[in-house]
Amino acid sequence: MIELSKVRKTRKFKEFLIVILLKLIASISILTTIGIIFSLAQETISFFSVVSLKEFFTSTKWTPTLEPRNFGILPLLTGTMMIAVGSSIISLPLGLGSAIYLSEYAPKRARSILKPMLEILAGIPSIVYGFFALTVITPAIQKILPQTEVFNVASASIAVGIMIIPMVASLSEDAMMAIPDSIRQGAYALGSTKMEVALKVVLPGCVSSIAAAFVLAISRAIGETMIVAIAAGANSQLTLNPLKSVQTMTGFMVNISLGDIQHGSIEYKTVFAVGTLLFMITLAMNIISKIIVKRFGRYQL
Amino acid sequence: MISNAKSNYKMRKLKNRLFHGVILLSTLFGVIILVVLLTDILKSGLDRLSIDFLKSFPSRFPEKAGIKSALAGSLWVILLTALFAFPIGVGTAVYLEEYAKKSWFSTLLQLNISNLAGVPSIVYGLLGLSVFVRLLGFGRSILSGALTLALLILPVIIVASQEAIKSVPESLKHGAYALGASKWQVIRTIVIPTAMPGILTGTILAISRALGEAAPLIMVGAMGYVAFLPQGIVDSYTTLPIQIFNWTSRPQEAFHELASAGIIILLVLLLSVNASAILLRNKFQKRM
Repeated sequence: MIELSKVRKTRKFKEFLIVILLKLIASISILTTIGIIFSLAQETISFFSVVSLKEFFTSTKWTPTLEPRNFGILPLLTGTMMIAVGSSIISLPLGLGSAIYLSEYAPKRARSILKPMLEILAGIPSIVYGFFALTVITPAIQKILPQTEVFNVASASIAVGIMIIPMVASLSEDAMMAIPDSIRQGAYALGSTKMEVALKVVLPGCVSSIAAAFVLAISRAIGETMIVAIAAGANSQLTLNPLKSVQTMTGFMVNISLGDIQHGSIEYKTVFAVGTLLFMITLAMNIISKIIVKRFGRYQL
Repeated sequence: MISNAKSNYKMRKLKNRLFHGVILLSTLFGVIILVVLLTDILKSGLDRLSIDFLKSFPSRFPEKAGIKSALAGSLWVILLTALFAFPIGVGTAVYLEEYAKKSWFSTLLQLNISNLAGVPSIVYGLLGLSVFVRLLGFGRSILSGALTLALLILPVIIVASQEAIKSVPESLKHGAYALGASKWQVIRTIVIPTAMPGILTGTILAISRALGEAAPLIMVGAMGYVAFLPQGIVDSYTTLPIQIFNWTSRPQEAFHELASAGIIILLVLLLSVNASAILLRNKFQKRM
């Protein structure tokens, strides 16, 4: 009898230890966030003790490594936004189109072939898309518009857009699949065509989820690094011409890290300041996408 | 009246057909791009592919260059990443699904994980740079790179493992409890083995993402040119995506061919990793 209670006791103690251990393991993900915020904040604060906020946000020149140094983020910001807009022009309509086809039109067999294809497309590393942009898309653009620079926004945007199509397609498709079939049947019973069901019944029913997916896709484009580092160039000029080379926030961070930057140098701090802005923009967009889903609900029928 | 309705009906049918064509084309666009991309890379890289390419170090001379050090570096980094990320990811998922009560801590944890999944990979690179490379003093080593990638893929593994654990039938657990098993025994002998196929699939997908990742590793100091094999986890290294990036950024056509050949190896590696996920999953499923 004594034996049994002893066994029970050690067992209880073991269970207790395991809970503690698992809780510690689970805290690692929270520590990650804290780590990101602290490491960004530390260097960024020390960056802004050298460079004024006013210069950072209003100066139109970005030459942090060359004398005279200028720290105006605007050229990088416009570069990033051009990539975000350009890639959205590709990824949003094509991704949504694919989603409508896969969810509403595709016969089972077509679906079973096309869906894995999109998954393969989603699994290709961004470095491969970057190579593709530089060696296939750019020459193709140059054939049509010979004044296009070797590194240019258009080519990088197209590649980023292609990379994001599967993400838009799969998120939107999930949203459409969540619309109950009975609602479609009702619309068919009233004599609707497939297109009318898709565009006037299904789509309005999940428009908030699709909007959230779009926001996530744009956020992903903003954070995309290797494609823009390869294909968009490293020329931090303030331009809106998509055929010219620009530098994005992520592109700058990669370019400067390729050299050996010294800890404590202004270059080192600059990378973190740009990283902080990038982190804040993407975080804001992720939160917006969550609010959209929460506020506007899943079904609005 | 009737003819009007008829023509209206015809219009609507026509519109529907047009729309069908448009969205079919937009779906095929992705497929076509995939085919173009693969053929282009095969065309320019296949000639460079040889045993020597796998067995040589990178070189200034394209005809002598190879991916020996990149391949070794990728394997080191990936194995170490998996070693870190798998237990932490599964542990977190077990905690969230089996232990955590609805409290501020579990809500915060869940919210935190979904936000981490949306952080750009290059920001993880900054975290790795300031924490692993500087603060903990691991330097520009394989260890720093693997820890950074482990944190990067952690949310993916956690979410996939949570889904898998959620789908374990309650009846199985109840059966084990009825036999007198403790909570941990139920988790160890019932929940985790039953959820293993899903956990493994998620983990391997996450690993394949880490295998293709370059940006965070550039931030934590993977090098573009490494002419030796790493001997341990504190050595400097390069990986396949970074070697490919290095070759892509050179203007000469010969280096672009090398990049293509490197991409072929990378894609083959990714494909075999994913195939192994499917095999593993099938094996586990049979046993259950």
